[in-house]
Amino acid sequence: MKLESKIPEGPLAEKWTKHKFNLKLVNPANKRKYDVIVVGTGLAGASAAASLGELGYNVKAFCFQDSPRRAHSIAAQGGINAAKNYQNDGDSVFRLFYDTIKGGDYRAREGNVYRLAEVSVDIIDQCVAQGVPFAREYGGLLANRSFGGAQVSRTFYARGQTGQQLLLGAYGALNRQIANGKVKMYNRTEMLDVVVVDGKARGIITRDLVTGKIESHSAHAVLLCTGGYGNVFYLSTNAKGSNVTAAWRAHKKGAFFGNPCFTQIHPTCIPVSGTHQSKLTLMSESLRNDGRVWVPKKPMPGLKSKDAMNLPESERDYFLERKYPSFGNLVPRDVASRNAKQVCDEGRGVGSGLAVFLDFTDAIKRDGEDTIRAKYGNLFDMYAQITGENPYKGPMMIYPAVHYTMGGLWVDYNLMTTVPGLYALGEANFSDHGANRLGASALMQGLADGYFVIPYTIGDYLATIGWNDKIGTDHPAFKEATDAVNERINKLISIKGKKTVDEFHRQLGLTMWEYCGMSRSEAGLKKAKKIIQDLKAEFWTSVNVLGAANELNQELEKAGRVADFIELGELMVDDALNRTESCGGHFREESQTPEGEAMRKDDEFAYVAAWEYKGDNQPEVLHKEELKFENVKLTQRSYK
Amino acid sequence: MKITLKVWRQKDNKSKGAFKTYQHDHVSPDMSFLEMIDVLNEELTRKGEEPIAFDHDCREGICGMCSLYINGRPHGPLQTTTCQLHMRSFTDGQTITVEPWRAKAFPVVKDLVVDRTAFDRIQQAGGYVNVNTGGVPDANEIPVPKKVADEAFDAATCIGCGACVAACKNASAMLFVSAKISQFALLPQGKVERKERAEKMVAQMDAEGFGSCTNTYACEAECPKGIKITNIARMNREYFTAMLSSYQVETKGGGD
Repeated sequence: MKLESKIPEGPLAEKWTKHKFNLKLVNPANKRKYDVIVVGTGLAGASAAASLGELGYNVKAFCFQDSPRRAHSIAAQGGINAAKNYQNDGDSVFRLFYDTIKGGDYRAREGNVYRLAEVSVDIIDQCVAQGVPFAREYGGLLANRSFGGAQVSRTFYARGQTGQQLLLGAYGALNRQIANGKVKMYNRTEMLDVVVVDGKARGIITRDLVTGKIESHSAHAVLLCTGGYGNVFYLSTNAKGSNVTAAWRAHKKGAFFGNPCFTQIHPTCIPVSGTHQSKLTLMSESLRNDGRVWVPKKPMPGLKSKDAMNLPESERDYFLERKYPSFGNLVPRDVASRNAKQVCDEGRGVGSGLAVFLDFTDAIKRDGEDTIRAKYGNLFDMYAQITGENPYKGPMMIYPAVHYTMGGLWVDYNLMTTVPGLYALGEANFSDHGANRLGASALMQGLADGYFVIPYTIGDYLATIGWNDKIGTDHPAFKEATDAVNERINKLISIKGKKTVDEFHRQLGLTMWEYCGMSRSEAGLKKAKKIIQDLKAEFWTSVNVLGAANELNQELEKAGRVADFIELGELMVDDALNRTESCGGHFREESQTPEGEAMRKDDEFAYVAAWEYKGDNQPEVLHKEELKFENVKLTQRSYK
Repeated sequence: MKITLKVWRQKDNKSKGAFKTYQHDHVSPDMSFLEMIDVLNEELTRKGEEPIAFDHDCREGICGMCSLYINGRPHGPLQTTTCQLHMRSFTDGQTITVEPWRAKAFPVVKDLVVDRTAFDRIQQAGGYVNVNTGGVPDANEIPVPKKVADEAFDAATCIGCGACVAACKNASAMLFVSAKISQFALLPQGKVERKERAEKMVAQMDAEGFGSCTNTYACEAECPKGIKITNIARMNREYFTAMLSSYQVETKGGGD
């Protein structure tokens, strides 16, 4: 099968406009004849479900949480980028495009990224119209701040709760369509399979998490807006429930998985405190606007925050400012993370040894504590709450943690996967961030896909197939998929082994972090592959899931998700093994410059790796989508 | 640390529940309250006893999914969410009682899990601005004074956890409802529909079986996001103003 990205021809700035005109339309009166399923209600899912409902389609939306408002987009702190140029500081759609392509280390499509930058301005307008309370200046106009990887201030924010406010805006729009009867909402419902007939996605199989009932839903198209898979590392900044199951089941039904090894490690998270740790908490990278990152010049094991205050300037190493004078503390996330790891590997880490300082002393002296409180108050509170230390009185300690996955289901320019009628939006797809995502771009992409891309592109597919091309849930394929889902659940419950689900998950996570985390090598990856294969075999013979299938059973939910994470973990390792270059979040030890910076191999790896599932325990097949760059010149990223 | 836990166990919505006591000897002061239950649940699983069901997701205090009524207070002794409560807030040897949210409008699903879809239905009744995607004015076309935007933001930080209902002796949801009504009553974008919104959301709140406000301020004292009781005053004003004009709203339930 040949991968067709369907990027429109023509000049970059005209591609999307031209494409929108060329897409087929569904007549307003006919839209009600089409059913669309949306799985996940984060920024991408809620905005898509609401917008499609507004257009007149019949939408069914699903979320595993008790309310669509809980989706993990809600936890995004820092902000959302848009090329509004309200600050008169030289921003433009092209500059946002350029920064995003460069930040992604030239592993994203030009056409997609330009479109993202183009619609970014509409997103801000839309959110303000919905009553999202963005931060404002005293004159009443919108405020901006700067973020890593950019030299302009284009980030819109709502204190440290931007994701929450944007999601509540989209949740409101979704609620409006639920009230109008255009969206039927299924809370506490998990998608467990996608049904494909004659090569097209026809519906999904779900489990009601309260009653355990397995249900079939058919539709003309299925949208997966199910987020990323960072929880494959067990410890990550993702919510506990975030999982890859929907995407993975789609992968097994024919959707290719794009760049699975591209993982983002976020530099500013609260360090691990013990083995009981269940998740990691991010401190928004916006903190790097005012906080200075440092460690002592000489190793000082166990150095505490309160003692750090007395350390003279001459004994401190502000390593990001020293190595990258033009970007300083605002270098992109992968660079900041890798450098933090490096100084800790040198033995100069503070606290537990796996931490660096993020120091606000100078900012507080310069601007006053009140100003800093107004900007970052909730983040400082959160830090104090979790660590029991006061960050106004001494530097914070931070360490990198898994935060975001740039990889995901491969989609074309229309956001369609390799299964016709099956779409992936937001973090669930691989598309716009290349090998590394810039801060404040995830919210932008989720809402771009949901509000401004899918409402156009889905019409083209639906108009092409026609409303008669729908298969009812009485079709044997639904029965077959239901039986398979039931069989898997019964198997999980009947093993009754000796190890808890979390034990397997932790073991998988440690393996992934050690060998497929911030820095990867061939030897390590090969070792990881073996460990994961053994873990999979052990899981299916010795996992212990108590309780029944026909009730609320949180262990059963977790077990199904961990089983999928184990399989995904192996694919991530395969992908990392294949990509022998360093790029973005993927650092291959064999591929670095003499100064120890990441070295890309553009002549060999300027492609998207799209993996095709070939059956249980069969090697997956790699397909390559060549990336063409006509508007930017590929350079080794330099933030010096 | 060692603690004794008295936890509400209830098989499902139809079964009768009861407290069960657990001795928990492996508690670190740095654990969050939920991590403490995670560890207990793993121990229970190893012993062949079904783990305790509880709601949680983001574990960073923003999704609003975690709940738990701990020693008679929603989200425990601190004014924060249960996921942000750490065991250093308790003492060695302490007995801790853990119950689900208790309110007619939040029926128990299992153990510590309750059904809060009543909150969703209240939001569906009018917790939004009626705008479609696209065709909206430029974001900077309508300036909003910073003070107003900040006040709207303060109301908008509600995470919908339901602690206000659990804290209230009347199981009133007025802090929750007033937060959304306030956000939109303050912002120019929401002002257009402020009357209809207030009427519809209050009507739905009543239909769901939440109680009335008798000004005990318990909700404000327990709200993990510090939502102010002044929002309730604003909601009452919005509601009365609306009722004095001509909007008529059909309610879906009995009301009080």
